[in-house]
Amino acid sequence: MRFVDEFRDPELITRASEEIRRLADPARHYRIMEVCGGHTHAIYRFGLKDILPSNIELIHGPGCPVCVLPMGRIDDGLAIARDPNTIFVAFGDMMRVPGAHGSPFEHKARGIDVRIVYSPADALELARKNPEKEVIFFAIGFETTAPSTALTIMSARAHDIRNFSVFCNHVTIVPAIRAILDSPDMRLDGFIGPGHVSTVIGCRPYEWIARNEGKPVVTSGFEPLDLLQSIVMLLRQLHAGEARVENQYKRAVPWEGNRAALKAMAEVFELRPYFEWRGLGFISQSALRLREKYAGWDAEQRYSVPETRVADPKSAQCGEVLKGVLKPAQCKLFGKECTPEHPIGALMVSSEGSCAAYYNYEYRKSLVTRIDLATSSVA
Amino acid sequence: MNGKIPTEDSPAEARSPAVVRSPSVVCSSNVVRFRDLQIEMAHGAGGKASRRLVEGLFAPLLCPGSHEPLNDAARVEMNGITIAFTTDSFVVKPLRFPGGSIGELAVNGTMNDLAVSGARASAMVVTFVLEEGLPTTILEAEVRAMSEALQRAGVTMAGGDTKVVERGKADGMYITTAGIGSPLPGVKVDARSVRPGDKVLLSGPIGDHGITILLARGELDLEADLYSDTRSVLPLVEALAAECSPGIRWMRDPTRGGLATSLNELARDCGLGIELHEEEIPIHDAVRGACELLGLDPLHIANEGQFIVIVSAEYADAALNALHQTPGGEEAMIIGQVKEEPANAVLVTTRYGGTRIVDMLVGDPLPRIC
Repeated sequence: MRFVDEFRDPELITRASEEIRRLADPARHYRIMEVCGGHTHAIYRFGLKDILPSNIELIHGPGCPVCVLPMGRIDDGLAIARDPNTIFVAFGDMMRVPGAHGSPFEHKARGIDVRIVYSPADALELARKNPEKEVIFFAIGFETTAPSTALTIMSARAHDIRNFSVFCNHVTIVPAIRAILDSPDMRLDGFIGPGHVSTVIGCRPYEWIARNEGKPVVTSGFEPLDLLQSIVMLLRQLHAGEARVENQYKRAVPWEGNRAALKAMAEVFELRPYFEWRGLGFISQSALRLREKYAGWDAEQRYSVPETRVADPKSAQCGEVLKGVLKPAQCKLFGKECTPEHPIGALMVSSEGSCAAYYNYEYRKSLVTRIDLATSSVA
Repeated sequence: MNGKIPTEDSPAEARSPAVVRSPSVVCSSNVVRFRDLQIEMAHGAGGKASRRLVEGLFAPLLCPGSHEPLNDAARVEMNGITIAFTTDSFVVKPLRFPGGSIGELAVNGTMNDLAVSGARASAMVVTFVLEEGLPTTILEAEVRAMSEALQRAGVTMAGGDTKVVERGKADGMYITTAGIGSPLPGVKVDARSVRPGDKVLLSGPIGDHGITILLARGELDLEADLYSDTRSVLPLVEALAAECSPGIRWMRDPTRGGLATSLNELARDCGLGIELHEEEIPIHDAVRGACELLGLDPLHIANEGQFIVIVSAEYADAALNALHQTPGGEEAMIIGQVKEEPANAVLVTTRYGGTRIVDMLVGDPLPRIC
C-alpha cells in the first residue's frame, strides 16, 4: 500500500534504529516528548519502544483532544441534548467518553438521539434532512479538526440552516505546550512536534520553543520510519548543541501551514480568555469559541448550559502522567479502578491517551517482563 | 465466541496443573456478576462487554455447574449419540451488501459455528422476525439466498417460525437459525488441549466482511472494491480433518470482535500466550487502507468466511498444505504460534522487532477522527 509500506520498511527501520543507537550518548538520558496523541498511539502500536535504546525516554504529551476535555463539558453537551427534539452529534472518538452521568453511548441507550458522524458536514446534512429537529454538533479537536467545523458553520450561515448549532470544544496546541514547559517539575530535551495539527498551523508557531526554551522541535509523521527519523533529527541537533524547528513530515506539512484552513478558523472562531484542560487545569487563551457574528449557530449561546464542573478523583494522577512526571503504570489507579472499559482519568479515555495506549499495547507485556526479571534474579 | 451456552461434557484432556485457567470463564455457580446497568450496543459487539454479559449473567443462571469453556457450538449427548448444537441471530444492516446478504449469512453462520466446533451441519431451523411493510420481493430474495446456501451445503431446513413486528421495530428483518450436526470423526476442539509450540493457522484474509458492511452503510464517503467473505468453511475444515485430525487442537471463526477477540478468548481459556507475526497475517490492501484511514485495527474487524485453527507443530505443514489444496483456502497462512508467555494474552510482533499486546475488542470498533 503506497504511503504506508515504504514507511514501514524493515530494512530502513533497522538502519534508522542503528543510527539512533550510534547518535545516542550512552552516558546521557534523553527525555523527548511526543506532543500528539496520534504519535503516542503509533509508538505503542508499532512497538517502537522495543527498538529504541533504553536511554531514550519518550514522554507522552497533551495532544489528545478527547483526553484533555473536562468531564463537565460532556455533561453540559448531553444536558442540552436531553430535549426530545434534539439530535446530539459527535465523532466516534467521543462516544465512550464518560461524563459524570454517563457517556454519549449510555445516553443513547437511555433514549437520547445520539449519532456518530465522520465529518461536521455530515452533521449539517442531518440538520438539513431533519428540519423539525435541532441538531447539536459536539465539536472537539485541536487545529486539525477546527477548520472543518469552521467551514461547516460558514456553510450553515450561507444556506441559512437555523436548526444546526455547534457546542465548541476546540482547543489550540501551543498554549498546552507552553503550560507543560512552564511546569517546574518538567525536564525535557526536545519535542516530536504534532503532525496533523501542523498540516494546518505549519511549523512557525513552534519557533519560540527553540528560540526561548532552547529545545529542538521536529514535526513528525505517524509511521514508524517517520518517528524514528524524527528522533534521529532531534539527536543530531542535541549532539550539535542546536535548537531549531525542523520539518520531518514535509509530505503533509507546509512550513507556513494551510492558509485557507487558517482563514476559515479566523473567520469563525476567536480565542476564549481561558479554558479548563483536564489534567492541566485552566490555561488562558487556549481554546476557541464562535465569534458574535455566528452566535446563531453557537449552542452555548442558544441553550442554557449548566456549566457543570466535575473534579477528577484526587487519587487519579492524570496531571503528573500528562506532564511526564509519572509513567502511566505508576498512577495509583492504573489498571485497577481505571481501565479503558471503565476510565476514571482522562488519559484512559481515548485510544490516543497515553494510559489507554500503554494499557492496550504494553501493560501485560511489561507484567510479563517484570515476571521474567523476577525469575531471572532468583535464578 | 458467539455467546453459546456450553453444556456438560467430559473434558477431552486434563490440563497440566501448572496452568491455571482464568476463573471468569468457568460458570460453576449461579452467582450473577453482571453489573452493567443497561444493555448497550457494546454488549452485542462480540468483545469484552459481550463476554461479561454471557459469563456474568447468562451462563451462571442458564447452565449452572458447567465447567466448559464457551465454544461456538455445544455438544449434547442424546441416547449415547453426541451431536453438536448451535444457534445464531442475524441483524445485519443493510440486508444486502457486496458479496452476500442476510439470508446467506444466516445459513453460513450457523454452519460455520458447527464446522469450527468439529461438526458437519445436518439440519437447521429458522425464525424470521419481519417488520411490517417489508416488501415481499426483498423477503423472497433472502429466502432464495438461504435456499441456495442450504443446497450448496447439503443441509436440510427442518422447520421454522415467523413473527411480524410493527413498522420501525426491526430493520426489515431479523433471522435466527439453529443447527445440529454430527461430529467429524477424530476431530477434537478444546482450548485446554492447546500446548506451547502449537501453530496458529488462518484460512484467508481478514476484515473483508466488516469493512464491506461499514462501507455499504454509506455513512462514509469511501468506496472500495471489496466483498463480504461470507461462505461455508466446512469444505476447508473437512480437508483439514482428512489430512491431520490428530493435530487439530482448537478452531474458531473470528466473526464479531475479529481475530484479536477470538485469540484473546483462546489465550484466556488455555492460559497460554499467542504470538502473531504481523506480516504473515493476510489482509487485502483495500481493508488495510480503510483501517488506516479510519484508525481501526484489522485484527478487530468481523469476518464471516474465515477460521483460525490451532494445530500441533508436527501437523502444521500438512494442515497448511491441506488448506492450500482446497478451493477457497489458497490464501491460508501460518500466522503465529502458542507460547508460555505472555500468559492469557495475544502479542503481535512486527518485521522490525517491535511488539504490542492486542486486546479483545472493547465496545464497537469506532473510527477515530481526531
